[in-house]
Formats: sequence, structure tokens, C-alpha cells
Amino acid sequence: MDRQALSVSELNQYVKTLMDRDAMLSSVSVRGELSNYKIYPSGHHYFTLKDSESSLRCVMFRSSAAKLRFRPENGMSVTVSGRVSVYLRDGAYQLTCTSIMPEGQGDLQVAFEQLKQKLSEEGLFDPAHKKKLPPFPGRIAIITSSAGAAVHDMIRILGHRWPMTKLLLLPVRVQGVEAPPEIAGAIRYANEFQIADLIITGRGGGSMEDLWAFNDERVARAIYASQIPVISAVGHEPDVTISDYVADRRASTPSNAAEIAVPDWREMRELLEGYGIRSRQAVEKELRTLSQRLEALQSKRVLRDPSVYLDNRRMDLDRMRDRLLSAQERALANKRQRFVGLGASLDAMSPLRVLSRGYTVTSSLSGDPVRHVADLNPGDRVRVRFYDGAADCRVETVQEGV
Amino acid sequence: MAEKMSFEQGLARLDEIVRHLEKGDLPLGESLALFEEGTGLLNTCNQMLEEAEQKVVKLRKGADRQPEELPFEDET
Repeated sequence: MDRQALSVSELNQYVKTLMDRDAMLSSVSVRGELSNYKIYPSGHHYFTLKDSESSLRCVMFRSSAAKLRFRPENGMSVTVSGRVSVYLRDGAYQLTCTSIMPEGQGDLQVAFEQLKQKLSEEGLFDPAHKKKLPPFPGRIAIITSSAGAAVHDMIRILGHRWPMTKLLLLPVRVQGVEAPPEIAGAIRYANEFQIADLIITGRGGGSMEDLWAFNDERVARAIYASQIPVISAVGHEPDVTISDYVADRRASTPSNAAEIAVPDWREMRELLEGYGIRSRQAVEKELRTLSQRLEALQSKRVLRDPSVYLDNRRMDLDRMRDRLLSAQERALANKRQRFVGLGASLDAMSPLRVLSRGYTVTSSLSGDPVRHVADLNPGDRVRVRFYDGAADCRVETVQEGV
Repeated sequence: MAEKMSFEQGLARLDEIVRHLEKGDLPLGESLALFEEGTGLLNTCNQMLEEAEQKVVKLRKGADRQPEELPFEDET
């Protein structure tokens, strides 16, 4: 009872020493569910690991947290490794974590899914953003390791299919921490100096770990920002990386990228032959049509015997003359007819005709006609005209009225 | 003209020429001139295919970050 009382610090320090000395506590792995996950500006991560009955305070210092390849989320089942120790200030024990591994799948798989979702939500995989590949690239930038089978496969196949394309190799590391910035940097560099019409970036097959650079956000963003179309060619057929999703075109392998990138000159030669045949046929058809028309024309008499044309024109002329003449005659006959008619009426109205029927005309000796009896006085001399002569007479009496 | 023309341009022009010819609505003189041009283009394009030799270079950042071409050696 009389034992000397310890200070709080002394007790906590004592417990801490005990726990630090414990072999199991100095390196322990614990399964649980993440909750209350917080990242502080200092870069340290704080969270609680729990199961249905209990919970454990955890901290992950900045240096360890930087090595996390996925983003820990509340509710995630994980296995946390680290060392249990006492936090002196609070007198509380906590797990100082050096790693967090997702339960079930690897951390890379989780990181992949997380980045895929994030970039997808940002629209980096949007098909509308994808650029068309040039059909005949004059220059292709190949961004990959200068060692290894991939680059050689690509050079060989590109040369075999389309030797006209110049290949520019931008050697980069494709594995390790340096790889993502190098690949992303090469893509930006190719764009900055416009060194090519098309970029192929990728590498040969390997583990997910080996291919990891092509699941890096920096590489993904560099591909997305590239003005030059990018073909992603990573690993083997079943390997799909974030780069594949962002790229304008995914190739299943580097060799496949070479096939996609350029046409095959054999096919091109066939196309050229096709053009040759088509243009020859078109011209031949035209010439045939023209010669048929020519033949049809030649078969007409007028072209075989030019005098026919003249004869025909002469005939036309004759016919024309006939028509003119007959028209003239008709006009003349018309006139003649009218003249004869007029003559007859004139004849009918002639005073001589009247006189011939026994009438006479009286006039003065000077020839003025006497129209009224009142104009006469006894003793006047008048001339009486008969049909066949005249008699000068003296007026004896005048009787008006009959 | 043939020297500066790319294969792609040659192909595009050929396509145009063949379409014109197939339409058949040109005076004979123009058709024949087109045909002649097409034949020339075919030869040029075929020659490009024949004579093409693959060029591969390695690119290095030179002075002022400018790209510098180096011969590509087999490193395997």
C-alpha cells in the first residue's frame, strides 16, 4: 500500500517499454474493416480498424502512406501490418502501420479499379475524345524500352507492312518508379516538337506489377492530352491497362499495334491495280460509246454521200419556189375576179344602158343636165340624148306635175 | 509535282480521277488527259511502294531540348 505512486508519464512509459519489448506486437498483421479514415495535411493517415465487437486505433506515417498504391476507403476489408505501441501523450495504444493490403484482391487490382473509375468519371475514356489514326502515317514515334522484344517486333512488322513510314524511337524505362514520368514525358515531348503523326507506346508482356507503369495516372493524363493520336500496346492479349482505355486505339500486343498503325503495301498494290483497271475500263467504255455513235452517224446516207445534202437542199428550194409562185398566182386570180365583178356593176349602172331601154336625158346645150321641169321655160333650147344620138329641141310649153 | 506528292495524296487524287472517269460525263479530250494523269500517278505510287526503305532512328533530347536523331542499333 505504501508503494510510491508513479506519475502518469512513468506508468505510460512503463507500459510502452513492455509492449515495445514484445516480439509479437512489434510485427503484427491484423484483419479488419477500415473506418473513420482521415488524411492529415502532414501526410499522416489516421483510421480505426474494427470488427463486429472491437476497434483499434491506427496511424500510418507519411513515409509509409506514400507507398500505398491504392486509395484506402472506409468500409474496405483490409489486412494491416505494423507494430503496436503506446502513444504516451494519450496513454493509448495504437497500431503504427507500414502497409495496408485489401482483402481478397491485390492492392494493384484495387488501385487499378479505383483509377479506372476516377478517370472514367472525368471523361478520359470518352469515345468522343478519341482521335482518328492517320491512314498513312509518315512518322511514328515509338515510346518503349529500346531493349526487349517489343520494339524489335514493332520495327520488323512496320517495315514489312509499310516501309515508307519513318520510325522514331524514344527510349524510356517501362518498369519501375522512373517509368511513368519517363513515358509521360516522352509523350509530351513528342507533342511539343511534333515529331510524329502517330505514337505507339507500350511494352511486352509481364506480370501486373511489370505492366504497372501503364496503369499510372500520369501516363494516362499524358496520353489523354496528346494531340498526336496514341496507340497503347501493353503486354499480351488479355492484359488491359488504364493506358488502353485512354488511348485513341488499344492494340492487344506491340505486334498488333504495328499492324493497326500502317496499311500493308500488298493490299495497297491491289488497290492501285484496282484503280488502274477501273480507269482503263472507264476510258474504254467511253471510247466504245463514242465509236458506236460515230458508226451510227456514218451509216446515215447524208454522211456517206455529201451530194445528197445538196440535192435535198435543192429540192427544198424548188418546193419553196412552187409555193411562192402559186401564192402569187392565187393573189392575182383574186384580183382579176374582183376586177371583173367591178366592171359588171359599173356596166349595170351605166346611163347608156338605161338609154338603151328607151329613156332619154335632157340637158342644156352646154351639157348641164336638166333635173327639174321648173328649170325650163318655153322657148329654151335643150339637147335630148338618146341611146344612139342626140336631138336639139325647143321647149313649147311647160307643165308641172304629171 | 510527283516528287512532293505523298502516297496518300497520290491515292486520293487517283480515287478522284477514277470517279470522274467512271461518271463518263467529260469531253473525250479531258477523259484522256485524266487517264494519262492517273496512269502517271499509278506508276509513281507503285514506285514509292517498290523503292521504300525503312528508316529507323533513335531520338535524343539535344541542345535546347531539340530532338536529335541517332542511328538505331540493335540492343538485344
